[in-house]
Amino acid sequence: MSGADAPGAAAREGPGGALPAAAAAGIGILPGAAAAPADRWYPWRRAAEAGLAPIAALLAAFAAFAVFLLLLDKSPAEFLDLVWRGAFGSWFSLQNTLQRAAPLLLTALCVAIPARLGLVIIGGEAAVALGGLAAVAAALPVLGGPALLVWLVMAAAGAAAGALWIGLAGWLRARRGVNETIASLVLAYVGLAPFNHLVEGLLRDPASLNKPSTFGIGDALMLPALPGTDLHPGLLAGLAACVLSWVLISRTATGFAARVTGGNLRAAQLQGLPVQKLMIGACLLGGGFAGLAGMIEVAAVHGRANASLIAGYGWSGILIAFLSRHNPLAIIPMAVLLGGIGAAGGLLQRRMDMPDATVMVLQGFIFVAILASDTLLGRHPWFQPRRAES
Amino acid sequence: MTTAISVEAIGIDKRFGGFTALDAVSLKVAKGSMHFLLGENGAGKSTLVKCLLGYYRPDAGSFLVDGREVEISRPADADALGLGMVYQHFTLVPAMTVAENLVMSRADVPAVINWAQERVALDAFMRRMPFQVPLDAEVGSLAAGERQKTEILKQLYLERRLLVLDEPTSVLTPQEAEEMLGLVRGLAHSGAITAIVISHKLKEVAKFADEVTVLRRGRRTGGGPAPVLTPADMTAMMIGEPQAPSEPERLGAPEPAPRLELRGVTTVGDQGRAGLEIGSLAVRPREIVGIAGVSGNGQATLVEVLGGQRAPSGGQVLVEGAPYDGSRDLAQARAVRVLPEEPLRNGCVPRMSVTENLNLRGFDRDAGGARCFWLDRGGMVARARRLIGGYRVRAPSAEVPIGVLSGGNVQRCVLARELDGEVRLLIVANPCFGLDVKAVAEVRARIMAARNAGAAVLLVSEDFDEILELADRILVMHGGRVVHETPGPGADAQSIGAHMLGSH
Repeated sequence: MSGADAPGAAAREGPGGALPAAAAAGIGILPGAAAAPADRWYPWRRAAEAGLAPIAALLAAFAAFAVFLLLLDKSPAEFLDLVWRGAFGSWFSLQNTLQRAAPLLLTALCVAIPARLGLVIIGGEAAVALGGLAAVAAALPVLGGPALLVWLVMAAAGAAAGALWIGLAGWLRARRGVNETIASLVLAYVGLAPFNHLVEGLLRDPASLNKPSTFGIGDALMLPALPGTDLHPGLLAGLAACVLSWVLISRTATGFAARVTGGNLRAAQLQGLPVQKLMIGACLLGGGFAGLAGMIEVAAVHGRANASLIAGYGWSGILIAFLSRHNPLAIIPMAVLLGGIGAAGGLLQRRMDMPDATVMVLQGFIFVAILASDTLLGRHPWFQPRRAES
Repeated sequence: MTTAISVEAIGIDKRFGGFTALDAVSLKVAKGSMHFLLGENGAGKSTLVKCLLGYYRPDAGSFLVDGREVEISRPADADALGLGMVYQHFTLVPAMTVAENLVMSRADVPAVINWAQERVALDAFMRRMPFQVPLDAEVGSLAAGERQKTEILKQLYLERRLLVLDEPTSVLTPQEAEEMLGLVRGLAHSGAITAIVISHKLKEVAKFADEVTVLRRGRRTGGGPAPVLTPADMTAMMIGEPQAPSEPERLGAPEPAPRLELRGVTTVGDQGRAGLEIGSLAVRPREIVGIAGVSGNGQATLVEVLGGQRAPSGGQVLVEGAPYDGSRDLAQARAVRVLPEEPLRNGCVPRMSVTENLNLRGFDRDAGGARCFWLDRGGMVARARRLIGGYRVRAPSAEVPIGVLSGGNVQRCVLARELDGEVRLLIVANPCFGLDVKAVAEVRARIMAARNAGAAVLLVSEDFDEILELADRILVMHGGRVVHETPGPGADAQSIGAHMLGSH
């Protein structure tokens, strides 16, 4: 192939105009590192590029949404103000935001971890529901035991249920070649059927009339709030899970093997890496986190399993994982952002007289902008490695 | 038949960012001539023809067609002028017939095709051509040489008057290559087309070129009528050094006991291709066994089986007498290394850094060879630095994604990674595909050095010269079987070529 030796920059003829404004503005800032024999600053510029792209995408999404609001004859400024106040402006609203972010941290990991192996798993919704249900079912026989034991049993059962469900999608992919995206989506619907069956049948508390629910675990066994706040420990579990996942992926040999597998399956096979085990393992882990989210919702918020568990946490997790480019640490700010937008929804509805779904429109804008921002990566020469020689 | 045109490029400049791909390159191609464009990879050959065909816009300079200045800013402009390109890789639809491929390639295909009428026109067209291809044959069923002919016929059918052929013989057998180039030269000399051929192979130049232009690092370094230029002249123009690199030295004789043995290995065929059926194959220490064959005759499958990417459906693969499945533990224990073809696609993770890619083999082992849990990032950086230095990898930084490196540097990285440490069995597939003269010599020397150090080497290559140069013993594969075996030194190229084609 005669073009193989041409530098990468030559192969990509990016139009110089299509850039995030923030990136273009950065051109003049860095001192002349280009002359150095080895491009020392390149890793930093690459990190800056990876960070700027989603920020630019968020700005673009808000700008587009502002146009949408203007078309509806609403004020974008008022909207931003309300989002700020409803999500972050006061201690109360901030707690509300973090409360919503807690399960999202875990459901986003359910997407992000398999994604590092090149698997697009979108079935977190059922893993949350089944995790919550399994947590209750496992707690009922041991309700008399010490609280810590009950919580551990619940967490184990919830994580196991979620892991099993998403792991099944991973197993189908690794061993049977079934597309994991379709499998996990279909399994999400399949999983809700036994959930509803048990919640409305075998495990139903006859006292729950309007909203069929399982028997409760009782107030005494609810997870206590963190001291001085209304926040439940699920937030800490979510944060810990994100940090541990990041350590696993970027600092351990197993995580490295997973990244190789996700980056190039053929190369991973040639190196003799256990790609099937890695795929199934990532799905088990991600599903386990989603199941844990269900357990926490039960043990900290609802006290029982019912349709409240099917609140779209799994779906929002997909959005957050993509927003954070499947980087577990980046999930934290993104989950808080999305949690905040959700928390502001009620206020927006009341003050601006807009339907509930308005927030969904904004989420949709953000998602599209983030996906589109991928095409901007690698376009601007400033972010590219400098050649030591031409 | 069409009539050929002359083309002239004057002072073409093309820059990509800070990189100058073409620096005031001029080129004059006479009407009805066969003009060879020579140069290493990255010399600018492809960039030049892409400018000519409207895929790139030059930053300066102009093109003349038949002596008149023309504006070529889009591929459609080149089409209108009758400039066409035959790509290195086939651009035909394998599941369609030759006739369908020809008709569909036209810019003005009607919404409803009157096939009866098209057939009459195609038959008439085919009769006018100096060579024929069966119109009703499915392209997927044609041999590589026939496909290449179909590509050329397609260009003639589109009434192109100048053809650019990008390394047209890289996928052909020696016989097919000679025939094909002969046909193109015949067409050119009959005045039907003008041909620009991009090539690496000096033998082809000596035999078929009317005129030669040599590029090096984006500049024209020489050229002229082919009969006046000696291979040494052209090599000097291409690589800027007076002589061609010498062949690597072969030291010592193979040991008797085989290190790699295949016994009755079979795989299930797919997509109409036969699976493997290898009765027995052995490679001994300090021996290079070359596997020749036209691509698609099971060589790729063989490499996949040995690399653990595909499980055989029957038979045994033995390394040092024990069963081998390509798993990581076994590969490490037996010091088996694989250099896959297209290393970026098969052996690297393009988005991961050079450092990380250089550690794909050793990231999960500590210095003592035991499995480790944490990544040793300091150790990885140190190893990468050592390999980059030892193999003279040119990278702007060890932290750039390996995908941005040039083909030669990617291959150096993979070589560095796989040849580091003890190597007892080395599986190599098309190691020099797409590399320039200097890189090719370096890669071959490394493989020979591994052999001389006692490794058993299985070399699968579609480059016949490479096999002749390196192999101690040559096997020919056809239809998934080993059909011929001959000692490497003094092998009869014609006989091997006939076996490659299955005509024996």
